Amino acid sequence: MNVAGPSFAETFVGQLVIVTSILMLLLNLVPLLIWLERRLLALWQDRYGPNRVGPFGLLQPIADMIKIFMKEDWIPPFADKVVFVVAPVVVVFTGLMAFAVVPFTPGIVIANLNVGLLFFLAMSSMGVYSVALAGWASNNKYSLLGGLRASAQMLGYEVFMGLSLMGVVMLAGSFNLREIVEAQRGMWFCIPQFPGLIMFLIAGVAETHRVPFDLPEAESELVAGFHAEYSGMKFGMFFLGEYLGITLISAITVTLFFGGWLGPWLPPVVWFALKTGVFVCGFILLRAALPRMRYDQLIGFAWKTMLPLSLLNVLITGAVMLATK
Amino acid sequence: MLSMLRTLWIVFRHAFRRRVTYQYPEQPVPLPPRWRGRIILTRDPDGGERCVACHLCAVACPVDCIALQATEDEHGRRYPEFFRINFSRCIFCGYCEEACPTYAIQLIPDFEMGEYNRQNLVYEKEHLLIDGPGKYAGYNYYRVAGVSIGGKGKGEAENEAPPVDVRSLQL
Repeated sequence: MNVAGPSFAETFVGQLVIVTSILMLLLNLVPLLIWLERRLLALWQDRYGPNRVGPFGLLQPIADMIKIFMKEDWIPPFADKVVFVVAPVVVVFTGLMAFAVVPFTPGIVIANLNVGLLFFLAMSSMGVYSVALAGWASNNKYSLLGGLRASAQMLGYEVFMGLSLMGVVMLAGSFNLREIVEAQRGMWFCIPQFPGLIMFLIAGVAETHRVPFDLPEAESELVAGFHAEYSGMKFGMFFLGEYLGITLISAITVTLFFGGWLGPWLPPVVWFALKTGVFVCGFILLRAALPRMRYDQLIGFAWKTMLPLSLLNVLITGAVMLATK
Repeated sequence: MLSMLRTLWIVFRHAFRRRVTYQYPEQPVPLPPRWRGRIILTRDPDGGERCVACHLCAVACPVDCIALQATEDEHGRRYPEFFRINFSRCIFCGYCEEACPTYAIQLIPDFEMGEYNRQNLVYEKEHLLIDGPGKYAGYNYYRVAGVSIGGKGKGEAENEAPPVDVRSLQL
């Protein structure tokens, strides 16, 4: 990396290399995460998990991928075909786009936007379209209800997700993610912004529809939901989007609250990957341990508890900053 | 909220527990001795076939997977000419074992019967009949049954008295 230097990263070819490698990395990370999730869930349930295909079962996701590509590409005759196909693409697209602003190291960031954080929030809001359109285009009442359910949840959690990050923005004085990381040289924001961290994590789990907020999917009692009509690789795209979402939320949490690439001895990329990995494992631990919430509790929790709390967090952060100025 | 954190901690600690999985093909699965698995036909301790071809197992079978044909040897002893179990139908309920009056048909702890060809699941007598007595080692039907058979007259078996001529009891 030192050979190329920062000037290389700024050239067109350098950008292209960075973009391509990050894209490849992320897309290949997803099968790895599926394997990791299955192994870790098994670990916490006193089982082994997939350990037959390849060393430690590492080739299992490849076998799964072959299977999912071989499946029939089925579009229901009653569906709105164009939207039906576009919906799963949207979730992957927004997930990948949001990674454009994540600073992996001081040198490696695709788009060093001044409003990086806003861009991330906007992209994760766009994800709602995927769910809503999938439910709508399936032209099936259960899918539509599932889509509505998921959209209401994502909207509710979207609002205080943005607000919970405002404390960080106020402390750093910038929306630029690289500057936010630089502002954490003295102290990671997970300490002064601890309530914000908790709220952001809750919102992040809900945003990626993971347990205990996986009402949009709810395989066991609500018959899937928005993706009831999807199969094969189009269903795989939703899967891909979900795992991209997990990685994204973990990466953003690390960037905003745990000092991003900052850390002693090891190179910045390693620190970033390590911290992100811990949060990904945390997501899986949540799935292993917690039951699903009831829907009215879910919505009530977002609007009646978390939204006022996040406003209060902004208020107190502002007051403390004024007082200590 | 605290209970949730406690839950997370308890689940996390399970990472260091012993695994409950049996790595099956390499590691055998312990089966209880009364496991209802593959069906066998047994022999009595003297080496003769226990089955007397009474058809009770075929009658008891809820899926009609047992077929047999009775015949007699030169001593008048009944045995099955053929005995066929279609394991692609068998539900391993064990009713045949319960119905059997001579302990001939038995279910044993073995389930590894997979075949690539369905026809191979039809077991003939040569596949079913074993050389040993199975679960009831000392039991020989003809030694307790009281019927006369080649080499053994009435009253010569265990716990039997010779038959009494009832007319001799008259005054």
